[in-house]
Amino acid sequence: MKLTAFAAAAAAFLAFGPVEALAGRDLDQIRQRGVMRCGVQAPSNPGFGFPNAQGVWQGFNVEICRAVAITIFGDPNRVEFVPVTTQSRFPALASGEVDILSNNSTWTLTRDSNVNRFNFPAIVFYDGQSMMVPRRLNITSARQLNGATVCVQPGTTTELNLADYFRQHNMRFTPVVVADLDELRRAYDSGRCDVFTNDFAALAAQRTLLSRPQDHVILPERISKEPLGPVIRQGDEELTNIVAWTVFALIDAEEMGITQANVEQIAASSTNPIVRRLLGVEGNMGESLGAARADYARQIIRTFGNYGEIYERWLGERTPLGLERGMNRTWNNGGLLYAPPAR
Amino acid sequence: MSSTSTTSAGMPAAKPLIPLPSPTTLRGLMWQALLAAAVVLLGWWFYNNMLANMAARGLQFGFGFLGRSAGIPIGEAIIPYTPADTYQRALTVGLLNTLRVAVAGIALATILGIALGLARLSSNPLLRALTGGYIEVIRNTPLVLQLVFWHAIILQLPSVRQALNPLPGVFLSQRGLKLPVFLADEALASALLALLAAAILWIGLLRREAARQAATGERRSTLLPGLALLVALPLLSAALVGAPAWDWPELAGFNFQGGVTLSPEFFALLLGLVIYTAAFIAEIVRAGIQSVHKGQWEAARALGLPGGRIMRLVILPQALRVIIPPLTSQYLNLTKNSSLAVVIGYPDLVSVSNTSINQTGQAVEVISIFMAVYLIISLVTSLLMNLYNRAVALKER
Repeated sequence: MKLTAFAAAAAAFLAFGPVEALAGRDLDQIRQRGVMRCGVQAPSNPGFGFPNAQGVWQGFNVEICRAVAITIFGDPNRVEFVPVTTQSRFPALASGEVDILSNNSTWTLTRDSNVNRFNFPAIVFYDGQSMMVPRRLNITSARQLNGATVCVQPGTTTELNLADYFRQHNMRFTPVVVADLDELRRAYDSGRCDVFTNDFAALAAQRTLLSRPQDHVILPERISKEPLGPVIRQGDEELTNIVAWTVFALIDAEEMGITQANVEQIAASSTNPIVRRLLGVEGNMGESLGAARADYARQIIRTFGNYGEIYERWLGERTPLGLERGMNRTWNNGGLLYAPPAR
Repeated sequence: MSSTSTTSAGMPAAKPLIPLPSPTTLRGLMWQALLAAAVVLLGWWFYNNMLANMAARGLQFGFGFLGRSAGIPIGEAIIPYTPADTYQRALTVGLLNTLRVAVAGIALATILGIALGLARLSSNPLLRALTGGYIEVIRNTPLVLQLVFWHAIILQLPSVRQALNPLPGVFLSQRGLKLPVFLADEALASALLALLAAAILWIGLLRREAARQAATGERRSTLLPGLALLVALPLLSAALVGAPAWDWPELAGFNFQGGVTLSPEFFALLLGLVIYTAAFIAEIVRAGIQSVHKGQWEAARALGLPGGRIMRLVILPQALRVIIPPLTSQYLNLTKNSSLAVVIGYPDLVSVSNTSINQTGQAVEVISIFMAVYLIISLVTSLLMNLYNRAVALKER
């Protein structure tokens, strides 16, 4: 087996040989590198993830990634944001180019299964697919769209749901499929398509970028369920736990009324053992999780606030997107957000 | 390469009993063997590296996904396609879209390129300067930029409801060009056969006239009888079998129904590729023509040939020897550049492949497929062009 020996030497010489499989491999790699690579929607998705005037990434999904970085490193800045398109995101994650996707990816069986081998630790946004049309077409329901030309992003659940919906209702459509979201929106804006379809929140975000946003309406139908959340590769239980419990901490904090403004005061004065455990005042939750600090949740809330505060800052009614909380309320307020107890 | 020549050059006197290769040849052979081994090893290492990395990520290698239902919608397809069809069918649709734009692009780019190349050599200074400007601007800006530019311009056309209607049944809007088309029926088949028969008869007529000119020196045009045949035979077919039926585009609901559509994406891609590649072809044609010696022009003029025929009968056949090899590269470039379709949303092979990779996770397999397909297209193009090159090559007698 001289060949093998020679190849091994060549591999060692070139220093990028096959990656060895270890338990918790992805988390080890992130720690070793000292920075987490987070895939965000390219070129930008207003509210969810977009670069500001200085080129710094901001938004709902961006703060989720930064919160995870606080849990891993105790530092929200140890994240490198990598813009990925809907077509390139999963190959980028599978190949290890990014460690985590935080770009409104939908949790589906195929993506979670042994075919793609991804993992969806938690849901951060409940959404459904919608259709936007120009107001002047006087259309009130998606059922009136037979024969329409539809602008859609490739490589998405949106694309598949669209085909399913029209098939189910015996309607025909012509897709216009462009990977670049900006290019796609321009095509819709110029009239190349009658319909622009995406998840409701993403449509609302894209509408703010149209030349005349008020001339477009989003039809009432939600043709699919779109549970959105961060995605990692399968096979690293430790990283799965860290991502999940970072999201849960944000939700739990809102449920308990802990905010960016009062977190320190509550940590100092609260006698509620549940609150004290969450904020790392007592117990060893941080250690069991493998977080950098015992009070990781307190640090996250001090930096970004609870789930509701992050939502209102980037997506809520006072932002250009103007999204209602809807399903994305905590369970005790009639929503779907329900975090397991931190104990 | 010849060992005898080096041996005789190195040691002119002694002739060994067993013809051993000289040290120089041996050294050469050794280096070649080493190089070959290194290439094989590198390939082998790449392959193993891929397998190891896929195994480490729990990915399985296999082409089973091709038979699964794709579920992806594709905007334009030459063969019938619905999202319920398989990935194999979806990729075939993508391949046919690539071939469609490549074949049309090569034909149009050649015509435009030759015209531009000739204009570049024109004696008219304005024409020369304009062509020069065109070539320099187009050759020196990125193709992606040009594609986005043409796409943006086409999207500025009027909307469907205000579509331009230059001819009855022809509509131009930002949804593309709508044309009426004959329905595929027996009447159409009969009319096409009649056209074919007329063409064959015309060629026969041409041959007879050529033989007659060779024998008598008298020259007669076949234009009028030929055209008469082309008109009369299809008319006869229409009278006997009936005229072929039209599929006429009509505005119904959101869009035009019926007829054929050339989508704005196809149009923008074709326009971009043709204009870009024609600039390169023009330079190749100019270089080819200038490579023909001045004496050939003078000799042809001395024989009394007019300018057009000098070009067609004397200069171009000789210039082709210089033109064909770089022209082949341009054809290959055009075909491969068509993969930039992704940018403007034309569903070519790469676009469909990218989506398939995303939906199935089988990146290595899908990329191998489209690499193999491009390789085959390129090799076939090269083969055809090489055969043509051999046909026009200088024949030494």
